[in-house]
Amino acid sequence: MEKLQSLLQHKKDLLSVYFTAGFPHIDSTVKVLKSLEKAGVDFVEIGMPYSDPLADGPVIQNSSTIALQNGMTLKKLFDQLADIQGEVSIPIILMGYLNPVLKFGPEQFVEECQKNNVSGLILPDLPYETYVEEFQELFTSNELSNIFLITPQTPEERIKKLDSASTSFIYMVSSAAVTGARDGLSTQQIEYFERVNAMELNTPRMVGFGISNHETYKNVCQYAHGAIVGSAFIKHLEQSGDDEEGIIQFIETLKTGKSTK
Amino acid sequence: MLIPNIENLKENYLRIMNSESFRKDFKTLLEDYAGRPSPLYHADRLSDHYGCNIWLKREDLNHTGSHKVNNTIGQILLANEMGKKRIIAETGAGQHGVATATVCALMGLECVVYMGETDIERQAPNVARMKMLGADVRPAISGSRTLKDATNEALRDWIANPLDTFYLIGSVVGPHPYPDMVARLQSVISGEIQWQMRNKTGNSNPDYVVACVGGGSNAAGSFYHFLDEPEVQLIGAEAAGEGLTSGKTAASIAMGETGVIHGSMTNLMQTDDGQITEPYSISAGLDYPGIGPLHAWLAKSGRAKYLAVTDQEALDAALQLTQKEGIIPALESAHALAALNQLDLKSGENVVVTVSGRGDKDMKTYMERLKLT
Repeated sequence: MEKLQSLLQHKKDLLSVYFTAGFPHIDSTVKVLKSLEKAGVDFVEIGMPYSDPLADGPVIQNSSTIALQNGMTLKKLFDQLADIQGEVSIPIILMGYLNPVLKFGPEQFVEECQKNNVSGLILPDLPYETYVEEFQELFTSNELSNIFLITPQTPEERIKKLDSASTSFIYMVSSAAVTGARDGLSTQQIEYFERVNAMELNTPRMVGFGISNHETYKNVCQYAHGAIVGSAFIKHLEQSGDDEEGIIQFIETLKTGKSTK
Repeated sequence: MLIPNIENLKENYLRIMNSESFRKDFKTLLEDYAGRPSPLYHADRLSDHYGCNIWLKREDLNHTGSHKVNNTIGQILLANEMGKKRIIAETGAGQHGVATATVCALMGLECVVYMGETDIERQAPNVARMKMLGADVRPAISGSRTLKDATNEALRDWIANPLDTFYLIGSVVGPHPYPDMVARLQSVISGEIQWQMRNKTGNSNPDYVVACVGGGSNAAGSFYHFLDEPEVQLIGAEAAGEGLTSGKTAASIAMGETGVIHGSMTNLMQTDDGQITEPYSISAGLDYPGIGPLHAWLAKSGRAKYLAVTDQEALDAALQLTQKEGIIPALESAHALAALNQLDLKSGENVVVTVSGRGDKDMKTYMERLKLT
């Protein structure tokens, strides 16, 4: 947790990239992770593939289906992370859905996260109330940060509650939508970012969903600590595979707006 | 991401549902529009066959052909009161989709229904009906392309349209307050059974109430007013498909474990890795890997028993009801009829079986599987 917190404190214009474990091949996880670190990404969110990903659009859904067909499981993911212990230093966050975590066993899950240096967890279908009643103790005592999501519809009162229970960042979903790359920011989105900024929350914010290119990344960084790119990166992997050069190129273009080709 | 929508619903539903204007409108529409009360019919030939009194609660006679209309009328009144202009729904067999399209036409509201591609193929008459009623029927093409996938798509739509859209869920599933809301709306079924039984037998309590369970709304409605009457045995019939251990089943109580699906913690058919299993049943309306949390609770506490019925058993029961009483039941309801064979029925006992829907939509399947020429 500390590494992540430190990053959020000291650096601006952060870039986090989401990718699905086991996509496009079962052993892509480690390859992609290492390439992203090399490309200068600040931290990563590794998606735990799920049969019914409600918060995801077609691109990430598809990557999940393929990963599951490839045989990806939570156990496999933890094995893959264990294998590269000490080789990767950027913070790792896991993103997924509640049911597989419950089936794995919450205590065992948190233990594996700790053993494998996972800094945080994003579970879009774990409501704040349930987290506080059942998991807060377990997470915080194991240095695992639970990351809450807010949308343009989240009322101020609730945002404040989430702010006090947050230990790393708040995931600002950029608009009412599921994951999926979109072009540009709308005035409503900008109003929403400004509104949340004006609340002067204690917790830094990262904006995700719909961030697809340099322009959106740069724009969003004016209003938050950084951006999370998911579907756009998955699309790249779909088209160009998990080749390191390609990944570095993609991130370069995202960060600078220029390609070095 | 759905918390604001759900909170909004939670804060308003009881207040609205308990208001005088809602109660009045709901009652009027149920009676004058849907045709309630639905008859409670003493099935003489079936009773002879089983050696006791079989009473059929005829939800199949409601407008739109099933119990689904009780819920859609209630929810559309709620949506209207909340100022929502766009209605979305998921549907399995199409009955809830038709019932939703129906009330949207009634109220002049935009209607989008998500239906699994597999179900669209096997329930074509209902798809045609929805379209004629003005609904936009969108296929769910992910996963098993059945009910759970349609529900996923509806939830994704709701995430993307939180302000103007009301999600009209078809069963006692989904995030709170839906399971409670739908059970309350369907409770009219058991409320009627009580006075009908009293009129016909002198006792408002039957010995058994039997209903099929997919998500569980007609069963929740049938059980509701009897929950605190321990002398009434509550029996749910779930879809075993090709057999509980065949790998092609939808029996969530028998084969599921505690898990989270569509915002509820309930019995869920899942793999060792916590992935949701593709269910299977010949009946589209029972083809759901979860079950309403009420039923998970009733099974766990022992208040209700859930019996598994195979495709073949349901088909046989459908033919039996048809040829003994002249009623062609929906495939889903046939599961409840089939469950009678697993009960130790005694002479003089009163057994209420809810016929949740009519079988017109299933004629193609009946023709094929019963080899009718």
